[in-house]
Amino acid sequence: MARRENPEINAGSMADIAFLLLIFFLVTTTMNVDSGVSKKLSEKPPEDYVPPIIKEKNIFEVNINRDNDLLVEGERMDIKDLRETAIAFIDNGGGDGKIDEGVPTGPCNYCKGEKSISSSDHPNKAIISVQSDRGTEYGTYLKVQNELIRAYSVLRNRLSKERYGIPFPELEESYKDDRSNVSLKEKVEDIKRCYPEIISDAEPTSN
Amino acid sequence: MSKFGKKKKGMPAVNTAALPDIVFMLLFFFMVTTTMRETDLKLENPRLPNATEVKKLEHKSLVSTIYIGKSKDATRHGTGYNRIQLNDKIATAEDVPAFIINERSKVSEAEVPFMTTSIKADKESNVGTIIDIRLKLRDVNALKISYSASKGADN
Repeated sequence: MARRENPEINAGSMADIAFLLLIFFLVTTTMNVDSGVSKKLSEKPPEDYVPPIIKEKNIFEVNINRDNDLLVEGERMDIKDLRETAIAFIDNGGGDGKIDEGVPTGPCNYCKGEKSISSSDHPNKAIISVQSDRGTEYGTYLKVQNELIRAYSVLRNRLSKERYGIPFPELEESYKDDRSNVSLKEKVEDIKRCYPEIISDAEPTSN
Repeated sequence: MSKFGKKKKGMPAVNTAALPDIVFMLLFFFMVTTTMRETDLKLENPRLPNATEVKKLEHKSLVSTIYIGKSKDATRHGTGYNRIQLNDKIATAEDVPAFIINERSKVSEAEVPFMTTSIKADKESNVGTIIDIRLKLRDVNALKISYSASKGADN
């Protein structure tokens, strides 16, 4: 009688099954990382809070109406010109900076603006105020915010290149990789102090 | 000698025994990296606006997401682009504080200050809705927010 051997299980189709599963996961996988424009809200002011008096020239007013039109400093403007105008305003440097913990910061010596007396005194005093209508489209609102943040990035980038020879995003990135590095931290904070991002949201208008 | 003459000279078959191993390796990689959407959207997928100054959101567990957009169920919720979805149901701005507090209870106390609220809103939703939510977020001191946007040139 012939010896019966255990027949081997045919594993040839295992690859097919695995491929099927593989393709399923390939299709369902989403690799995109969530990204967005980050903002920090201001804290809720106490009831008896009196807002400080700010000079008119230190406020850059951006209004968006319900038809998504832009009114910047009282004039109509296209969204593509907003960044340039904002840069000119922030970087004007027409006067002395604010008094920081008793130390006056003096005039802005890194500003390259026109030094006009009718525009902002110093980047640390310059406030951008965005007022929108309740009916404004979110897309437009975010576009405006994006342009304003971009204005600050351009300025920070310029200063970072001037002082430390590398673009600001790279500087920030290398600090993120090495949080214990004190000199990097100082550099990042120095740039951020020179051009603090002051974008405030005014109470919206409603019709 | 005929014994040698009979030997066939053909191409030996490629050994594919290791193929399943390779495929399984890939399979496990994708299984591990896949994230299934944990909440099903009651809204139509928001068309995110484009922005250039976007930052990546790190630490997924510390992000709570609020969706704003058009409801899939138009007969019940209307066709406006201002419906808010928290977790897996349509809600109003009044429910936001409870939602945030609930999200906070899921993480350890030390991590609470690093929590971010991601607002995924449709391009056509109104600023008023966003502002209502923002005021509620401020009430519960959830100050870090991120307006979800896809990176790209503005148009």
